Amino acid sequence: MLRYILKRLLIMVITLWIIITLTFILMVSIPGSPFNSERSSNETIQANLESHYNLDEPYHIQYLLYLKSIVTFDFGPSIKKPDQSVNELLGRGFPISFELGIVTIIVAVISGIILGIIAALRHNGFIDYMAMGIAVLGISIPNFILATLLIQQLAVNFDIFPVATWKSPAHMVLPTLALATGPMAIIARLTRSTMLEVLTQDYIKMARAKGLSPWKIIIKHALRNALMPVVTIMGTLLAGILTGTFVIEQIFAIPGMGKYFVESINQRDYPVIMGTTVFYSAFLIIMLFLVDIAYGILDPRIKVNKQGGE
Amino acid sequence: MEKILEVNNLHVTFTTYGGTVKAVRGVDFHLNKGETLAIVGESGCGKSVTSNAIMRLIPDPPGKISAGTIKFKGSDLTKASEKRMRSIRGVDISMIFQDPMTALNPTLTIGTQLMEGLRQHHKVTGEAARKKALEMMDLVGIPNPKERMKQYPHQFSGGMRQRIVIAIALICEPELLIADEPTTALDVTIQAQILELFERIQRATGVSIILITHDLGVVAKIADRIAVMYAGKIIETGTKRDIFYNPEHPYTQGLLKSVPRLDLQGEKLTPIDGTPPDLFSPPKGCPFTARCPFAMEVCDKVYPANSILSESHKVNCWLQDSRAKKLLAETAGSKA
Ligand SMILES: Nc1ncnc2c1ncn2[C@@H]1O[C@H](COP(=O)(O)OP(=O)(O)OP(=O)(O)O)[C@@H](O)[C@H]1O
Ligand code: SF4
Ligand SMILES: [Mg+2]
Repeated sequence: MLRYILKRLLIMVITLWIIITLTFILMVSIPGSPFNSERSSNETIQANLESHYNLDEPYHIQYLLYLKSIVTFDFGPSIKKPDQSVNELLGRGFPISFELGIVTIIVAVISGIILGIIAALRHNGFIDYMAMGIAVLGISIPNFILATLLIQQLAVNFDIFPVATWKSPAHMVLPTLALATGPMAIIARLTRSTMLEVLTQDYIKMARAKGLSPWKIIIKHALRNALMPVVTIMGTLLAGILTGTFVIEQIFAIPGMGKYFVESINQRDYPVIMGTTVFYSAFLIIMLFLVDIAYGILDPRIKVNKQGGE
Repeated sequence: MEKILEVNNLHVTFTTYGGTVKAVRGVDFHLNKGETLAIVGESGCGKSVTSNAIMRLIPDPPGKISAGTIKFKGSDLTKASEKRMRSIRGVDISMIFQDPMTALNPTLTIGTQLMEGLRQHHKVTGEAARKKALEMMDLVGIPNPKERMKQYPHQFSGGMRQRIVIAIALICEPELLIADEPTTALDVTIQAQILELFERIQRATGVSIILITHDLGVVAKIADRIAVMYAGKIIETGTKRDIFYNPEHPYTQGLLKSVPRLDLQGEKLTPIDGTPPDLFSPPKGCPFTARCPFAMEVCDKVYPANSILSESHKVNCWLQDSRAKKLLAETAGSKA
């Protein structure tokens, strides 16, 4: 087990390094610099500013400086908001984005699984068709369109929920709904189809032959097996929700990390781009690792390095 | 002898998009206490459907027991409530499935799956359940039961898994055990071991067994009586001796000729030509007509009645009907 974790950690570090390097290459290859847009700046001021932020150094030196800032986890101040360090921005934005992400995942997973189970148990019945109809809509409508629709209907037309920002639980409803519907629909469909398959398995028939009650069979024998594919796609869903937060935070004016990330790219605010990218990547990589561990716990067949066999 | 199970005129149908499959079409048989009845017949003849019907495990929809009675110790299971059936399944009647590789839940330990039925039905303490489970693992011949209880199915070989499945089926001490092709998925040496295990368990517990198989070798080894099934009907029943030495139905004769036998070395194996009839619209008469070398005009039109050859031996074939016999004798006489 320890060897497996160490190996995984090494792979995670390498992945992160590749992402950092790619980000750096992309960053220096997009045209423009943080100071181009400032009309007043003359060439000397611009040169001074660039040298202040080491932007006049050759690329490999800049690259090494970036690596250093990442290893020490000190990205320095934002170029655009010099009175704030990147770490401060992250510290302020992350808890909000995290809250949005976590609430979304919880809503998506719980409602997706319940919907999937009900659909499977009422296989080919009215509820099944309803649930799967909703699921298809949920998958095919992009979250930014859903967000706009929700705002228009539930905030503007009916004034049930606030339009934007992130202040109270009521503020959380619309962004969460917009972000959770897609993943929920995917989970519901997957749960339904695996549940249907699991219910035809011999061990379910065997459980019935033991005289167990239907609920016991579903909870104890079917659900766990049906959830395994759901756990495998959790990684992809997490990545989707994470990128979804960029869009949703913009639409609902939520002061999370995604907002800073998008702004920083538009403004070529290099330290902020680097800081948010590293942070997002590290976060996602760690989550994927946890998903794998969870899969190992759910399925005894892939317990790592535990002796078994005859 | 006391009859533990009596099946009369059992009909099972499945409603599908293509029409109604008449999978079981009037099956009669009985099982005496402590004996082993083998149900044999080729694939698709309705053996599994019959055994699932006894457990009331036919998926409904699409399946349905459309007629008949299944009397277990005098009470008709076709009329029992689902709740009553749950208290019978695993306690009075247990079932073993064909493929031990898929019959166990891959995510639960062997111990959990063993004790589950016991805890459900007998409300015993965890300690008592563990003790009984260890006893059962010992009975079915699994070494190191204590450690093995904590392991998962994938850590066992096929033969070991089938032993565990048998232990699960027997843990509540049922009076009737239905084994649906329990050895088909296993290799030959393991098959023999499992059959011996059945015999040993039957001697130890007196359990009555219905053994479903298409392997006549298995039948020869452990059955007391045999029921031969064809296209949803039982066409011949008798003791092992009746069926192996005096098979009267042409289908039974064909079955016996199509298996290799040591005592008949040198004789050619002859498979039965043709295929069983379509169960969407089974023929009115004898379903074997199309493949039967002795088929007569009447066979196709009217289903042959049950001819009682001896107290144990019964067959449904026009050749055994007294009227046909007379006719045959006459034609034979006129030719001579
Ligand atoms: N769920 C179902 N839906 C429709 N038809 C079914 C269903 N289950 C069984 N049947 C039909 O019932 C008939 C008998 O099937 P059964 O499983 O009892 O055969 P069997 O004698 O056990 O064969 P095998 O030796 O292959 O196990 C088959 O023709 C099959 O097509
Ligand atoms: S009834 Fe006729 S067709 Fe059927 S087995 Fe007997 S002789 Fe053959
Ligand atoms: Mg079968």
